[in-house]
Order: sequence, then structure tokens, then C-alpha cells
Amino acid sequence: MNVIARHRIILPVVSLAVLLAATFWLQPRAMSYFGLNLLFNLAVPIALATIAQMLIIMVNDIDLSVGAFVSLAACVTATILNDTPALGVLVLALMVAGYAAMGVVIHRLELPAIVVTLGMSFIWGGLALFVLPSPGGTSPGWLRTLMTVKPPLIPAAVLAALLIGGITHLMIMRSGLGTVLRGVGGNTRSVARAGWSVTRLKALAYGLAGFFGVLSGMALVGLTTSADANIALRYTLLSIAGVILGGGEFTGGKISPVGAVIGALTLTLAASFLSFLRLSPDWQIGAQGAILILVLTARLLFNRKGVAA
Amino acid sequence: MPDPGIAPIVTLTDAAKHFGAVRALDGVSLTISPGECLGLVGHNGAGKSTLVNVVNGGLAPSGGEVTFHGGTDALGAGVRSVFQELSLCPNLTAAENLRIAHGGLKGPGWRRRARAEIRESLDTVFPGHGIDPGAEVDRLSIAERQMVEIAIGFAPRDTPARLVILDEPTSSLDAGIADQLLDHIARFCAGGGAVVFITHMMGEIFRVATRIIVLKDGRVVADHGASDFTRTGLVDAMGHVAAEDAAELSERRTGDEIVRTEDGLAACEGEIVGLSGLAGHGQAEALARLYLGETSAWRSRAVPPMVFVAGDRGRDGLLPLWSILRNMSISILRQGARWGLVDRAAEAKIGDEWKRRIGIRTDDVTNPIMSLSGGNQQKVLFARALASEARVVVMDDPMRGVDVGTKQDVYAMIRAEAASGRTFLWYSTETEEVCQCDRVFVYRAGRISAELTGADITEERILEASFEMQEAS
Repeated sequence: MNVIARHRIILPVVSLAVLLAATFWLQPRAMSYFGLNLLFNLAVPIALATIAQMLIIMVNDIDLSVGAFVSLAACVTATILNDTPALGVLVLALMVAGYAAMGVVIHRLELPAIVVTLGMSFIWGGLALFVLPSPGGTSPGWLRTLMTVKPPLIPAAVLAALLIGGITHLMIMRSGLGTVLRGVGGNTRSVARAGWSVTRLKALAYGLAGFFGVLSGMALVGLTTSADANIALRYTLLSIAGVILGGGEFTGGKISPVGAVIGALTLTLAASFLSFLRLSPDWQIGAQGAILILVLTARLLFNRKGVAA
Repeated sequence: MPDPGIAPIVTLTDAAKHFGAVRALDGVSLTISPGECLGLVGHNGAGKSTLVNVVNGGLAPSGGEVTFHGGTDALGAGVRSVFQELSLCPNLTAAENLRIAHGGLKGPGWRRRARAEIRESLDTVFPGHGIDPGAEVDRLSIAERQMVEIAIGFAPRDTPARLVILDEPTSSLDAGIADQLLDHIARFCAGGGAVVFITHMMGEIFRVATRIIVLKDGRVVADHGASDFTRTGLVDAMGHVAAEDAAELSERRTGDEIVRTEDGLAACEGEIVGLSGLAGHGQAEALARLYLGETSAWRSRAVPPMVFVAGDRGRDGLLPLWSILRNMSISILRQGARWGLVDRAAEAKIGDEWKRRIGIRTDDVTNPIMSLSGGNQQKVLFARALASEARVVVMDDPMRGVDVGTKQDVYAMIRAEAASGRTFLWYSTETEEVCQCDRVFVYRAGRISAELTGADITEERILEASFEMQEAS
């Protein structure tokens, strides 16, 4: 591994560390088991949605329906999965299959993913309203237990982030199939020439993204105990920002699962940090954007230096 | 000649491939047997790439038959291709790229095995290559990428390689590395493998090929043992007459110095300046620095001070979704524009004029650029640069994958343009081209190591200057 290649992950780590240090400095009480859990609790569903987005960006597409899809998954979890678990599992599985089918359609008909996913986001949104017309529903008991578990020493949220990062890293960066999937983003033609079915690979990437989207919705319901058809709409942009913050690039299959999880944590932390600054909520979205631009600028300068060296 | 005692690897019977009205391949019958090194020549658009794609199973023929012996499909029969345009996944490492081609690398420890396999293959073909199999491909130089790609082509993989098709494999390699490859091809064929070798370098063809096939307009016009051809005979068969008088280097008058950089690169008005040396020693970077420095002003002028001819077409040159005309006219839109609107009539006129002058093989310049063969795409890039009124033309190894006839045409055009006062800065990996220049800067390890003029521009002097320091250290 050469030095610059490793740098890709250094910047996300440094941004998270700086933000964490600033938060602790503002609010020393956050530096505890309980505090950390509170800070990063909501990062778990965001991290899962970010991984879903990353899987799509990995094959040179972009997904504008993640937020609506996670909302739908949350609604299904809070209603059907709670009432009739078997049917709930079936519906969630169908949703994953639907995502895979979306990948096939995008590839086969050579449609731009940005348009198809934008259209699909309205379908997912409509289905979510159909399942749960008004906010409500209940989280299944086991899910609630799982999301509020208190492991010794490490806060659950941090442990979950480590697990998500570790598992997806093995899956995408280390496994053979993951390598081929990244190859699709790097040079689709050369993968096809080597005898792979790009349609199947895209279906796999989209299917996996759907799977992580479903997990994200479930995790969200486990934390909030109820759902709402619009519960996760902002995840679409958060997940894209998370992937990019984590060192990923929009094209060329250059992504990092560990980075994506770190990016999601950074974004969550940024919100808390701004609250600790007593910034009015009106300004928070803008300030969050400013943090994003700051980190990306740092990355750009960093990359330029890397090229010049 | 095929030996009737050995089963062939692949047989084409009257194979044809049509793209709409274009007959890219017009009935080719061909048998490739173990132990053969087949040299495939022909000018741009003669159908070489199409033939290769039919042989490797990438394209189904529209007529005739392709039979693979020893397997149901090309991959199963051990047919591999190394393409002219670099086709690795740049975001993956060399070893991971091997994984894509080699489906059998599975299970725990596959990364270690992949690294070992690619390293072994690189060591076999290019001893002393110095490439780290764990390095991401986009951190490698073009030459190194090409080496990795060739190594993947010859790697053991699932079924051993029986026929390896090399499309212009040496165009981005320097002489020493190309030598290693040619030696390996000879060894591989001696060991019972077969190679289809496409190149525009006559010397290479005659060095390794046992049999030479000449393609012209989608047909085989000659198919003999290599010893039955002479250089001129081969060029004649391709349908171009080689200009023998490359050394027509009269002391041409050049004007005032108009380019001078900090690292010593200089050029006068009307001069053709060559940048030479081993591939990847900073020539392309020097040109990029110069060009970007001159043309990156916030407010651009209607006539830019410099224009650029890309060698890496896919990366630096083509706008792949645009038509031939748009690709050509992008450099001159400001010249004919009124009120910020493009003058369509003038654009079309210039497009037709350059199509004729530089000989772009197409019926209609509004066709998509990707419908052209590689060499013709390159002509469009030349037209783009020459059509503008810029006084300085910067060329980054622009003859990559361009055939002999086109090269002669372009050389003549460059000389004519230089005579009318234009300045050319020309980086080339081919000594023959560098010898066309009035002045040559030889680069070594990112710096200019020699400045040669006039009669001093010889292959020996250039090689001397390229290698000196490496021997000393």
C-alpha cells in the first residue's frame, strides 16, 4: 500500500476526531458511555443508509430514493412486521427484490439512475403513506430490545458502527465478488469482457443496497419506537454527503465502506455539535452544509498536494 | 503456415460483420494454430479491431462462422485479448484486476494468491519490472498499466492461455520493455501458444511474426509466411506508399522564440520541437504544465495561445457523446460566434473542409465520434487543434495507434503548418517521429538531459541522453 492510497481514509478519520474533540471541549459530559451512546444513537440508521447509497455509487449510479425507501421500510416494520411477522418479512424481502429489479431496469434500458430513482422515490413514498397514513405504529419488541441493548464497556451505537464498517469492508473491499462489483464502477466494459454478466452484478449491487436500506428502516424504528411516512426523507442527501465525506467519489468505483460509516458519524455529530453551540435550529442546516464544504475543500487541497508530491 | 498435424485453436469461415451499411469485416476466412505468431496489419479502419473482436468472441459475426476448438467459447478455448485502449479497472489494484479475469480465485487467501500470480506473470514477461501488484492501477504510469494488462493476458488463470491477441501492445512502451515483450512472444509461441500481434511498427512485425495477414477494407488481401514479405512489399499491400525520404531535414528558417519555460524547454516560431526520452520521464508532465499555464486564464480569448492534441484519447481528447463535427469544432466555436451564438453554417463548412484535408473516413461528420476507428478519432483531434488559429500546438504522443499511411499524411501536414509559422511541441515515444523535429529535448527523470539540433538528432544520441544517468547511478 502506498502512502497516498492510505490517505483516502485518513481525512475522514481526522475530521471525525476534530469534531469529536470540539464536542467534548464544549460539553465534557458527553465524554462518557452514556454520552457517546446518545451522540451516536441516530447515526446507526444513517450509517446503514449511507452504506446503501455507497453500494449504488460504487457502480457509477446515484440513488435519490434512499430516504423514501428507508421511510417505507420503517413504516412496514412498525406495522406489518409487528402485527404479522411472517408477512412483514415477506414484504421486506419483496422490497429488496424490487431494488434489485430497479438495478436491472436501469442497466438493461440504459436509463439514467438519477431519473429512475427519483421516480421510484415517489412510489416508495406513496406506498409508505398507503401502509401508514398517519404517524404511528409500534416497534416490534425484539427490535426495541436490540436497539437499546447496553453492552459492557463500548456503547451500543459505537459497537454497531464498528460492526457495520467491519462487515461491509470484508464484503466489498476484501471478497472476490466485492472486488468485481467495484470493477463495474471502474471499467464496466473490461468486467463484461472477462465474461461477467453486468446485469447480474448491477442487480446484486442494487439488491444489497435495498437490503441495507431495509436494515436502516428497521434500526430507525427500533430507536424511535414508531414510524411516519416522511421519517427518513432527509436520508437521501445525508447518505450522499456521508459517502463523499468518507472519501468516496461519485464515479469510478472509488468508495470506502469504513469511510462511509465515518462520514455518517461525522454528519450526525455535526448536528449535535451545532446544538451544543446553541445555534438556532434555523441556521443548523446551513451550518451543517458549511462543515461539509469545509471538509471537502480540505480533501481537495490534500489531493492536489498528493498529486504534486 | 498452419501445420495440418495440429488441431487449430480457432477457425473463421467467411466471417463478416456489418454495422449498418458499413462492412467492417467482409468475409474473412482464417485458421490460427498453436505455435503461430500472426502479424495483423492494415491501415486505420481496415477492420483489424473488428476481426479481433470476432476472434475473441466479443462480437457475434453477422455472417459466416467462428469455431473455437478445445472449448465452447473464446474464454473456454483459452483465447485472451489485450486491447489497444487501456482496459483495466483503474480503481482496483493489479492483483484485483486479475481477479476480474480469473474467476477461479476464490475463498480465503485469494488476495495473496492473486498477488503471487500477477507477480509471477509480470516477472516472466517483464523481468525487473518493479511494479507493486498491490498498487492501485490509476497510480501506475500508462506504460506500467499496459504491462499489467499484458501480464494478465499471459497469466495462467482458469484455462491456460492458448491464443493471446495483442492490439498495439508496444505503443505506450519504451524500446527496452517492448523488447522484453517481443522476446516473451517468441518464447510463448515456441512453447505451443499462439499470438495475434497488431502493430504499426514494421520492425516488430518482422521480428516476431511467423505469418503476416494484411487487411484492407474488411478483407484479407495477403496472407503469407513472414519471410515472403519485404517492408516495402508489406506497406504496398496495405495500400500506402511509404515516404522514404524522412530525412529531408533542410535547415528551415525559424522565427523569434515564443515559448520558454523555467525548466529549459524552448521553441521558436515555425519550429517543430520534439520531446523525447524513455516513456514516463516527465515529458507529458512538462507539456501539461506549459499548456495549462498558458491557457488557464480566467477570461479566455477567442483565439487561444495554444492548442493541445491528446494522445490518451479517452482521457484527454474525445467528447464521446458528441458527433464528429462537434468534437472537431469545439476549439473554434468562439472564432465564428456572433452574440455568443454558434454560426452553424461556418461550423459545417470548416468540418467538411477538415474532413477532406485530413481524410477522416466517414460519410457524414454528424455521426457519433465513437463510430470511427481509433486512428480516425485521432485525426479528428488533429483537426480540432489545427483548425484553430492558435500559434502553438502541443502534442502529447499523438500517434499512438495510428497507421503508417496516416502518419505520413500527418507528418506532411505538420511540416506544412510549421512552414507557415506555427510552432509544434511534440512528445513522442517513437524515435522515427522525433527525428522529424528541428530540435529535440531529451528528458530523463523529469528533467531535460540534452538538447539536440539538426544533424545531432539521431537515435544513438537520443538513447545516450536517455540512459546516461541510469548507468552512472
